[in-house]
Amino acid sequence: MKAQSTIHTVVLAVILIAAAPGAAVASGEVNLYSTRQPDLINPVLAGFTRSTGIKTNIVYVQKGLIERLKAEGANSPADAVLTVDIGELDNLKKAAVLQPVISPILKRSIPAHLTDPQGLWYALTMRARILMASKERVKPGEVATYEDLAKPSMRGRICIRSGKHEYNISLIASVIAHNGLEKAREWLDGVKMNLARKPQGNDRAGAKGIYEGACDVAVANTYYMGLMTTNEKQPEQKAWAAAIRVVFPNQDGRGTHVNVSGAGMTKSAKNTDNARQLLEYLSGDEAQSLYARQNYEYPVKAGVELDPVVRSWGPFKADAIGLADIAKQRSAAARLVDQIGFDHSTPGS
Amino acid sequence: MTPAVPVMNQSTRWRLARLRIDVWWLGAIVIAALVAIPLLTVILLALASNDDIWPHLASTVLPHYIKTTLVLSGSVGFGTFVIGTGTAWLVTLCRFPGRRVFECALLLPMAVPAYIIAYVYTDVLEYAGPVQGLLREAFGWTSSRDYWFPEIRSLGGAVSMMTLVLYPYVYLLARAAFLEQSVCVLEVSRTLGRGPWRSFFTVALPLARPAIVIGTSLVIMETLNDFGTVDFFAVNTFTVGIYDVWLNMNSLSGAAQLASVLLLFVLGLVALERANRRSQRFHHTTSKYRPLPGYRLGAWHAMGAASACLVPILLGFAVPCGVLLKHAIVHFDEASAGEYLAHTFNSLTLSFLAAAVTVVLGLFLAYGSRISGDRLLGGLVRFAAVGYAIPGAVLAVGVLHPLGRFDNFLDSLMRGTFGISTGLLLSGTIIAITVGYVVRFLALSVGTVEASLAKITPSMDDAARTLGIGPGATLRRVHLPIMRASILTAGVLVFVDGMKELPMTLIMRPFNFETLATNVYQLASRELLEQSGLGSLTIVAAGILPVLVISLVIGRSRPGQEGALEVDP
Repeated sequence: MKAQSTIHTVVLAVILIAAAPGAAVASGEVNLYSTRQPDLINPVLAGFTRSTGIKTNIVYVQKGLIERLKAEGANSPADAVLTVDIGELDNLKKAAVLQPVISPILKRSIPAHLTDPQGLWYALTMRARILMASKERVKPGEVATYEDLAKPSMRGRICIRSGKHEYNISLIASVIAHNGLEKAREWLDGVKMNLARKPQGNDRAGAKGIYEGACDVAVANTYYMGLMTTNEKQPEQKAWAAAIRVVFPNQDGRGTHVNVSGAGMTKSAKNTDNARQLLEYLSGDEAQSLYARQNYEYPVKAGVELDPVVRSWGPFKADAIGLADIAKQRSAAARLVDQIGFDHSTPGS
Repeated sequence: MTPAVPVMNQSTRWRLARLRIDVWWLGAIVIAALVAIPLLTVILLALASNDDIWPHLASTVLPHYIKTTLVLSGSVGFGTFVIGTGTAWLVTLCRFPGRRVFECALLLPMAVPAYIIAYVYTDVLEYAGPVQGLLREAFGWTSSRDYWFPEIRSLGGAVSMMTLVLYPYVYLLARAAFLEQSVCVLEVSRTLGRGPWRSFFTVALPLARPAIVIGTSLVIMETLNDFGTVDFFAVNTFTVGIYDVWLNMNSLSGAAQLASVLLLFVLGLVALERANRRSQRFHHTTSKYRPLPGYRLGAWHAMGAASACLVPILLGFAVPCGVLLKHAIVHFDEASAGEYLAHTFNSLTLSFLAAAVTVVLGLFLAYGSRISGDRLLGGLVRFAAVGYAIPGAVLAVGVLHPLGRFDNFLDSLMRGTFGISTGLLLSGTIIAITVGYVVRFLALSVGTVEASLAKITPSMDDAARTLGIGPGATLRRVHLPIMRASILTAGVLVFVDGMKELPMTLIMRPFNFETLATNVYQLASRELLEQSGLGSLTIVAAGILPVLVISLVIGRSRPGQEGALEVDP
């Protein structure tokens, strides 16, 4: 009997402690689900709290964001979501977990082709998918377009991360959107033949490969160049960046493929006012400058000054196609990668 | 003289006995059903599909996924079996210098998460790492085109990494089994003319079969659901396919379908093994236990044995810890003490909670299954324990859905009846993650407890019954003292696994909640591996202490032993 009542007390205590949720529906807070790493957004969120007094609570959910929102349903404590890649934003929209945000401030700050037509998501920063070319072994102009990656002269010289990674899927989707599925298939097959090694690692691993002489050209997002160039903690990455020339592909044609990070308000939001204020803050000059500089990305608001490293790569022509059109081709892109066995290639095959 | 207390008549006593067993049976069924809900959710998600995924998958990547997965799990299973069983035998039944130390030390690699050892060895063995750097200096090579070096980020690399950190599961269970064996069986085998090697292979090993099989199947399930290592090494297994279909093709039902196939595969393996040994019995028929004979090894054999034990410890524990320690020291001032302590507290609380609940449930299920002998219950328990094989992220979704439904149902009920909104009670709290952990790790506890119960002869239960005590009291007073080591083992296994757990925690955690594992992952995925040294070391350290305690307890658990081996006269 004694043991039983002790157990009961303990269990009750545990339940009470554990069930205390971390987030309140108080008027001075906003709850955020983010797939962006905390150390990237914490400085910006701190700025938000300083300027408005509203506290932010955050869960960094790397995968399964949509599942969690759907399962929690109308009672979900999340007020806003922060995520990366047009595909993810599109998925959030399709899953019907977002509600439109109508705000003249947002409309003024963010270009129309970088927002959802219904106002369900807003892009906050932009990054371009560039070619990194070895300064020593690749002549200027030798590879100027994405299509050049499939040229026979590039045989055995390309490093790239998994074809299934969302950044590459979006790139391939943009190729499909512009050139059509058959041409894209030919192109991707050609790229596969030119790989120096099996697709692996992340974008920075490609830079490392160029530095080590394993390959001559790699594909990466612009912010990695920024991160490597200024990496004090791992100075060897500076050497990698120093060995690389940045190439913005397709400047004479449609422009370089760009992708975005963005945010939206959830349908279940209780702190709608605070969430809207957060989005507006993130689109304002101070946040755009900080947010973009933090990760060496391009701000979406016109007139915001670029980080000096980003500025050093020069201006470029970005692909002006609507992001929603790219999102439509993503599953075709994923199937394409599977069909030609891109990730299973071994060098030379 | 009439007795002061009325004596029960025969039929009442019989009915009471049935009732007691029925309570156990009912309780076990309810628990197993609750645990099975997330798994059923995954299957339901799979069936609800309207995505035409299979033709595409079957014609493109599925064969590759299956082949890679079979090779990976087969190789890791074989490797861990050889290392785990071999070292367990050497350490339990032979005498050679350093045996005492190796006894405990062989368990140490279990504390190292697979993804951490993958990062460490990539760091050490890659082109820019110390090993290749040294080689290039020694031989004057200048670029990667000048020489060949095995690629760590490959299938072979993944096999090695996982074998190194998973063999302790087999070692632990095999050692417990060898310790619990009666020496008499081995001696009988010797008198019948079989030498020590043959006795090992034909008597000791088969007798330890339940434990070894459970250990190896845990290893295989752990290999099947690993994502961090294979993703990092670009090895395309079935689980990689599951994530791919889910995230890149945006088809949760497709992912659930693949996960269900994985489930079926594991269930099939388990059923096969059970059918195979259905008629065999593994409990010891004698209660005579003498101290274990320590076969003294000659000089060469002793050195061989010591090296065989040293190598896994060195590669699986010493090297990773050395590298992590170096990183931790170099980047010490960058770590924030407050955050670090918070992460540690979260990890410890979660793991401890999960371990306690899982062990209790596992005990209940295994024992209930044993005393009722019901095939349905046995099958349901088997099914509930398969959660270990499913990728953590998919299982998380399987837990999220029912919990969310329950919370929303309760909320609308409360709103309808009382007009108050309870909101989300369980989802997004520590309880939700604990539930997830329990469903995930139940296999560890059920498996360990079952293996131990299998060695207790049913005549013990019968004897207890004739002496008038019911099933609950039998468990408490007879079985638990014998099974103490196994129960502690089960708790420790779940605790250590909980400290390392990543994908489920990432998806289900509450606001502002970081564990050591999630923090290490975030740093590593941004190529800031060095900063994660302190966190990684803490995960390992938190795993070591319980592991060592377990080893000591197991060492003393042999019935009739005073904790010392005696030399064979």
